[in-house]
Amino acid sequence: MDNESDEKKGTSQGGVTRRGFLTSVGAGAVVAATAGRASGQTPGEELIKPEEMGKVTLLVNGRRHKLLVEPRWSLLFVLREKLGLSGTKVGCERGECGACTVLVDDVPRYACMMLAVEAQGHSITTVEGLMNGEELGPVQQAFVQHDGFQCGYCTPGQVMAVEGLLRQNPTPTDEEIRRGVSGNLCRCGAYLHIFKAARRAAELKGGKGGTS
Amino acid sequence: MKQQDEGLYYVGDFPVPETPEPDHQPKPWGQTRVIGKAMPRVDAYERVSGSAVYPSDVTFPDIVYGVVVGSPHANAMVRSVDVTGAAKMPGVHAAVTGSTKGADLTWPYMWGKSKSKLFDPHCRYEGDAVAGICAETPYQAWDAARAIKVDYEVLPFLSDERKALDQNAPAVDAPEKRIAKTDKYERGDVDKGFAEADVVVEAEYRTECEIHTPMELHGCVAKWDGDHLTLWESTQGVFAVQQQVAEVLGMPLSKVRVIGRYMGGGFGSKLEAGKHTIIAALLAKTTGRPVKILLSREETFLVTGNRPPSNMKLKAGVKKDGTLTALQFTLLGTGGAYESGGISLVDWVVRELYTCPNVKCESTEVLINAGPARPFRAPGHPQGSWALEQTLDALAEKIGMDPVELRLKNVPTYSQARSGNPPYTSTGLKECLEQGAKAFGWTEARKRTAEQKDDPFRSGVGMGACLWFAGGGGPPSTIVLKLFADGSVNLNMGASDLGTGTKTVMAMVVSEELGIKPDKIQIENADTGATQYATRSGGSKTIPTESPAVRAAAIEVKRQLFQIVAGELKVPASALALQNGEIIPNSDPSKKVKLNKLEALKKRGVIIGVGYRGPNPEKKWVTPFGAQFCEVKVNTRTGEVQVVRFVAAHESGRVMNRLTYDNQVIGGITMGVGLAMTEARVLDQSETGKVISKNWHDYKLPTALDVPREIVSVPIDPGDTEANTTGAKGLAEPVTVPTAAAIANAVYNAIGIRITDTPMSPVQLCRMLAERKARG
Repeated sequence: MDNESDEKKGTSQGGVTRRGFLTSVGAGAVVAATAGRASGQTPGEELIKPEEMGKVTLLVNGRRHKLLVEPRWSLLFVLREKLGLSGTKVGCERGECGACTVLVDDVPRYACMMLAVEAQGHSITTVEGLMNGEELGPVQQAFVQHDGFQCGYCTPGQVMAVEGLLRQNPTPTDEEIRRGVSGNLCRCGAYLHIFKAARRAAELKGGKGGTS
Repeated sequence: MKQQDEGLYYVGDFPVPETPEPDHQPKPWGQTRVIGKAMPRVDAYERVSGSAVYPSDVTFPDIVYGVVVGSPHANAMVRSVDVTGAAKMPGVHAAVTGSTKGADLTWPYMWGKSKSKLFDPHCRYEGDAVAGICAETPYQAWDAARAIKVDYEVLPFLSDERKALDQNAPAVDAPEKRIAKTDKYERGDVDKGFAEADVVVEAEYRTECEIHTPMELHGCVAKWDGDHLTLWESTQGVFAVQQQVAEVLGMPLSKVRVIGRYMGGGFGSKLEAGKHTIIAALLAKTTGRPVKILLSREETFLVTGNRPPSNMKLKAGVKKDGTLTALQFTLLGTGGAYESGGISLVDWVVRELYTCPNVKCESTEVLINAGPARPFRAPGHPQGSWALEQTLDALAEKIGMDPVELRLKNVPTYSQARSGNPPYTSTGLKECLEQGAKAFGWTEARKRTAEQKDDPFRSGVGMGACLWFAGGGGPPSTIVLKLFADGSVNLNMGASDLGTGTKTVMAMVVSEELGIKPDKIQIENADTGATQYATRSGGSKTIPTESPAVRAAAIEVKRQLFQIVAGELKVPASALALQNGEIIPNSDPSKKVKLNKLEALKKRGVIIGVGYRGPNPEKKWVTPFGAQFCEVKVNTRTGEVQVVRFVAAHESGRVMNRLTYDNQVIGGITMGVGLAMTEARVLDQSETGKVISKNWHDYKLPTALDVPREIVSVPIDPGDTEANTTGAKGLAEPVTVPTAAAIANAVYNAIGIRITDTPMSPVQLCRMLAERKARG
């Protein structure tokens, strides 16, 4: 079938697609990861083929997971379909909507735009990681109080964007809040309630930002 | 437990409403204790914690992932499909095409209005299904999908509906079927009306095609257990999907179970199953494993419906005193490649919103090579409103009358466009206009913008009013309410909660009626195997449909409870009252018994109350109304428009939950901002006919930076006692109807340029400002 039809996941036979490019970057990242952090191999010594599984260790919500992954698997896919952490949502898989926002070393990142192999060596926090046992974290509580969502599908991403913002900037201005969540689409259009929730979350965290 | 002993599941300080005699309608609530308050959602925890399982989250250890292969062409015949190579690729489990046994199936568009095949050899629009394939991972499935060899005969395409009636244009269907549907409406005599008018204005308007793009992708998980199919579908109506799937696959309804307890937004695009649903079922059947198909985001721009483009012309006449004398409306629209509601309800606001004795509407639906339409939040209304509300604004200016005043002169009290002219149960339009204007500071704001100094930044204010065609709900609905022996409650309803807060409102109704705390109510919903039949959640009818049935079920529980207690205490059931979880005999309150101490109830285990939605009032119509006011700031150097603030006064009957009510208001306005300013499906007109803007980079949704800084919600509650037994009407759709036109009117107020085509991008505005400058 036509290649023009789409820049879908994975490689394609004709030319370099966006994903294909990312896959090659990913393969490099495997090398870097294994070389730099795990096995001490020199760069270029072992290049993993696209379909070949490689070992990774992911630190997610404070817990280490050892997994076999294809180099092209996104962090999003591994979180949802391999680790069962389906709180992180899939919206576009092309870095446009923010539904899959997670914290990578406290910074909000789109999990669809990061390969699982790239995530090795970083601390990943998902929405599940903001819970204290069965209790909601402060940002989540604020979203409940101010009804900062409707269908709830963008919500884990919005919550992580606010969490990330507050970890960097514990007392954001309204403008900083708007900018902080501007990478997260909400088709239900609950933005104004999200802003209120973010302000409340800053209060609940006592202006300290820190990890919940 | 101590908690149970004290009856703490119940709130103490008020008696619950009276229980009516059997077969009598309950009285409208008087002072409410729970209803109308701002209450966080009963399922908020699940939604913010990530523990809510949406259909796209459903998984099984042996799940495999499916992909729908769609035609890359706007118009093509499929000569052949070869899956042999693809089927041998790593991880691949099964493939299905039109020639697969059992896959030669009929596919209905718009609930059977038009039909094609599941895998139709003539792909009349980009993305139409050609094959399906599944593999161990989505990556392998996409690899295999790309390896499927399809031989297409590419045909000439038509992507501009404005050219569809040109006999030289390519025909989408048979050449004699260029017109899919026409619709005509007439009352009075428009020629006479225009002759009577002091002022007549006429203009053409166009709204671009919008795509729903809910955050959760369209998709499902399909799993067979023998001949029994279970589907977890992201849908607004599990029973509608069940019906459609059973029909397409030729299965009994009892063997198709559809579950959709959570769903990530629909806006009308998830009122039905998709081809993906059937393809997932076919693949799952072949491979013997559960199959998950989530469409890609790109595919959702192609095949899951849209708000069709509308080309409108509106001529209107008015007397100097503001009396509307005539409205003449023509529409050219398209539902895409199949008849699918392309002109549906676009003229409704013209027919119905303002009193006018002479109205003529003519609508024509043509076919183009693009994805079929589906209902989109208040189908037709925002488009018609774009033309009508701007026209009212122009008329007001011509006769030197305030736009609010002009509308107040023409407030209807009965439905002009329905046969028999039934009166509305309530018409809050007057109050919406007056109280909205007051909250906005309309008069002062108009004065301020009229007197502003010459500055590159111009302020403007504008407004628009609305009604919504449906929004009254109606039967059927069945609710089952279970009261357990400890006094806690389980509510069972078939309706989906799209994120509008349906479940929370229903819990509040139970709480109001029984006095139980809302957090002690467990709700099961949207599962055809385990909940009661419900119609689709759409048309803003879910709350007015379901809440009276919930109230009826709660009343039925009380009746049975009183019967049990009457037997134990040897008093008549009619002499009992429920308060604070205690049943109290009126004759001797000291004999009161705690609900959780009833031996008869403990023995029986549960009281089951069944509630039904009664009929709507005869010869009256239930309609929500509203008015919105906005202020914009226009940068005349760059053409950028900033929407500064909105005031939205809506009459949707009783406010059930103020928190979710206000959320609907801000959401509807945000979506209206999208129509006005950012959203447009772009089809390549010259080379391919393909959709160019099939992602959120090229198709812009309003972001956090595009929404008004302030939206004030002013609920108007007229105390509608006739609509239904809770007095609630629909809200979610009216709130997005007048928004775009109100913004356009505000921009006109700011710079004196009327924007007749959406979206009003900075590019468009700059061009118009430059043209005006050139004209001098």
